[in-house]
Amino acid sequence: MSKENIVVIGNGMVGCKFLAAMLQKDVDSRFNLITFCEEPRPAYDRVHLSEYFSGKTAEDLTLQPIDWYTDNGITIHLEDKAVSIDRENKKVTSAKGLEVEYHTLILATGSTPFVPPVPGIEKEGVFVYRTIEDLEGMMEHAKKATKAAVVGGGLLGLEAAKATQDLGLESHVVEFASRLMPRQVDEEGGQILKDIIESRGLSVHLNKATTDILGDGKVEGMAFKDGSQLDVDMIVVSAGIRPRDELARESGLEVGPRGGVVVNDQLQTSDPSIYAIGEVALYNNFIYGLVAPGYNMAEIVADQLTGSEAAFTGADMSTKLKLIGTDVASFGNIETTEPHKDIVITDPVKGLYKRLITSEDGKQLIGGILIGDADAYGNLLQMTLNNIELPEDPMQLILPAGSGDAPAFGPGALPDSAQICSCENVTKGDICSAIENGATTLPELKKCTKAATGCGGCAALVTNLLNHQLKEMGHEVNTDLCEHFSHTRQELYQIVRTTDIEDFDTLLAEHGNGGRGCELCKPAVASILASVHNDKVIAKHNHKLQDSNDRFLANIQKDGTYSVVPRVPGGEITPDKLIVIGEVAKEYNLYTKITGGQRIDLFGAKVNDLPAIWKKLTDAGFESGHAYGKALRTVKSCVGSTWCRFGVQDSTSLAIEVENRYKGIRAPHKLKSAVSGCTRECAEAQSKDFGIIATENGWNLYLGGNGGMKPRHADLFASDLDKETLIKYIDRFLMYYIKTADKLTRTSVWVESLEGGMDHLRDVIIEDSLGICDELDKQMQHLVDTYHCEWKDAIEDPEKLKRFRHFSNSESHDPTIKQVLERDQIRPANEEELAKA
Amino acid sequence: MSEESTSTLWTVVGKAEEFAEDLGSCIEMGGEQIAIFKLSDGEWYATQNMCPHEKKMVLSRGLTGDANGEPKITCPLHKRSFSLNTGECITDNETSCLKTYPVKEEDGKVLIQFG
Repeated sequence: MSKENIVVIGNGMVGCKFLAAMLQKDVDSRFNLITFCEEPRPAYDRVHLSEYFSGKTAEDLTLQPIDWYTDNGITIHLEDKAVSIDRENKKVTSAKGLEVEYHTLILATGSTPFVPPVPGIEKEGVFVYRTIEDLEGMMEHAKKATKAAVVGGGLLGLEAAKATQDLGLESHVVEFASRLMPRQVDEEGGQILKDIIESRGLSVHLNKATTDILGDGKVEGMAFKDGSQLDVDMIVVSAGIRPRDELARESGLEVGPRGGVVVNDQLQTSDPSIYAIGEVALYNNFIYGLVAPGYNMAEIVADQLTGSEAAFTGADMSTKLKLIGTDVASFGNIETTEPHKDIVITDPVKGLYKRLITSEDGKQLIGGILIGDADAYGNLLQMTLNNIELPEDPMQLILPAGSGDAPAFGPGALPDSAQICSCENVTKGDICSAIENGATTLPELKKCTKAATGCGGCAALVTNLLNHQLKEMGHEVNTDLCEHFSHTRQELYQIVRTTDIEDFDTLLAEHGNGGRGCELCKPAVASILASVHNDKVIAKHNHKLQDSNDRFLANIQKDGTYSVVPRVPGGEITPDKLIVIGEVAKEYNLYTKITGGQRIDLFGAKVNDLPAIWKKLTDAGFESGHAYGKALRTVKSCVGSTWCRFGVQDSTSLAIEVENRYKGIRAPHKLKSAVSGCTRECAEAQSKDFGIIATENGWNLYLGGNGGMKPRHADLFASDLDKETLIKYIDRFLMYYIKTADKLTRTSVWVESLEGGMDHLRDVIIEDSLGICDELDKQMQHLVDTYHCEWKDAIEDPEKLKRFRHFSNSESHDPTIKQVLERDQIRPANEEELAKA
Repeated sequence: MSEESTSTLWTVVGKAEEFAEDLGSCIEMGGEQIAIFKLSDGEWYATQNMCPHEKKMVLSRGLTGDANGEPKITCPLHKRSFSLNTGECITDNETSCLKTYPVKEEDGKVLIQFG
């Protein structure tokens, strides 16, 4: 049977998507795919076109390399455009004279920028913003230009304005309407957006109708209807799009009064063997000028051609984007004419505008606009699309983060499309369907979805989601540590405290379910034992419980070597100590890198070399940095009032004191801290588990911050504290965390899970509402008093030193470790290099 | 042992007391790396030292334990667990199986059948 020709006119994003969808769905290879592309290169990502200015190349933006077309049997005619359609004989003719017969024809010709017929618009220095060639022209012209104006203050116009600014030009936005982004935001939102954009150094001119482009052959300025003028030597027109429907028009297909090829629910034009998709298609009198609906259309046509039923029913036009560094989002219907209620929060100082449009009874969300902070977009969009009933006080949904009472959205509120595991690209929907199909434990979920099997960073989120879904399905949620202990970490901590059990085997025998333990309970129990007794983590009875990092007192790296991080309290280090680190790194050929926590990490150490490396470091006065432990890492600091002309307190001294106080203490997860000497916050204390910022009168304490995979600003816990009170509060905070948090839970997540949040913490820590402060103080003092450097212990004990060997029957290093040089330092050989070696 | 063929020869790899309980050790034998695990009830297991996931010689530095009574070793790099009896990956279906070796303790010595 001969194959049927499908000819796609236009190779833009939507045309390319259609081809990809066909390859995927046409499993029997029933079709020949042929496409015409008038540009010199195959489809590229126009959505991220501006990134061409920030260094992306045309290749970076290309959606599929040219090989992809040929390898998959697609015929692509580059730099050749279809010029006529002979519907009677079902043939397309191209500019270069090719004639191709079709069985089915797809119009994916997209749109062109609309260029208003202003006198002088043809002058040199006027551009549109659509293709890579347009951008190349702009870059060339910008070399000799100084001032640029963008005509049109919509999404694309603002992006183009930013691009001209990035090209080093003075940048102006000229908008005909009375506000920016007239299609997406309302008056008030437009005003705030204007303020934000002007604060970024762009000028905004509203209510301006351009009547003339001035200049002698070249652009020199613009004249407006109100009589004003603007001197510019470059103009970018971004005044909307016009569907490219001329082919359809000439071949007699039905087009709309203002352009666009009319299509039905099947996306068929008035000729059933011709479809139109993307920005050329006019569906229900509407042109969808976003890429997502275009993609959706491409899939729907591909489905129909390959035998599935599918229909287009319109698309959601909600958008969220970063515009000139500011979040802007609009969702649902913001121009409703039905009776409705508005809830608006504005903060012109911070550049925030949030508006929710609800049904008259306040129960359903109809739409909304978020400017300045669009974190709530995902949730709000889901509420709108799924008609989720609003909470009693919907304003809570858009209160700024950290204002205390905003309801925390659990994983239940995430949309199904939310990507949970970025390594394996697993969405919430994937996980939920696996749970529905019977995966009720984390290991089972990992097995069937592969979530959390890459870097593992999402394991906590996956667990949360699992528990949430199980609860939803009416299952009892299992909070057991693992199959060996039917207790939570908190319960086990209490058991260890009250029974004084000092080893794993006894705990397992008396309070566990038998067996040998596993990788979940062993390190958790080791951490609890360390938190309660402050035993040495590599003492004989603890040693076998420790994960590789705690077992070898170093961080295992991808090639099985380790990294070495000596403690550098507060980031302060003498030249002599720096020299020692340099000498050690040189002697053992270690890769050296400055960490984000103001210390120095030495990579590539072989397990056999660790004791000798640490002997040298210890002799020079270094201590373990506990980078391998669930323990305090660093207390980062600025130089404070000692050196800085703005500093109001000695932040470095306090950081060193705090770091030395809490070093080595084991906790449910790692702990980071910082001290800033003034409100400029150079030490970034608000992204730490506990952060301290100097004030004129003392210290402000911030708790529960995180800069990791789910960043969270720390909350202000108490202000203007003297040092003694500050330390007392941190003692209690840490001890309460150690006592009650679940395993591997950072303080940020723990704080959010506490009922009452920061207020509850203040009650416990300041008001002693639970009557435990005395106990917390004593336990912390015990831990501080029993500190020991784990590496010093290890190198002084010949028995322990024996453990630092790769082979128990030889002194050799692991011969499979291969390292290569890059930028004058070693790195692990990659797979290719290993294969060669 | 003279009547047995060479492929079933038992080789002494060390004194039993030198192996820490519930932990792994790695020995070098005929150019191969073998991880030996001594569990607390006196059972011995031996597998290849290389984790098949990213092909690194690290299994002897993992944590021992059990899953529903099946003794296992968990890799320190990405926490994949393998049955010590069969070498099969318990965490997923994609990671390939570990090679296992017969191992026993006799007169205070640890012997392994290699070949």
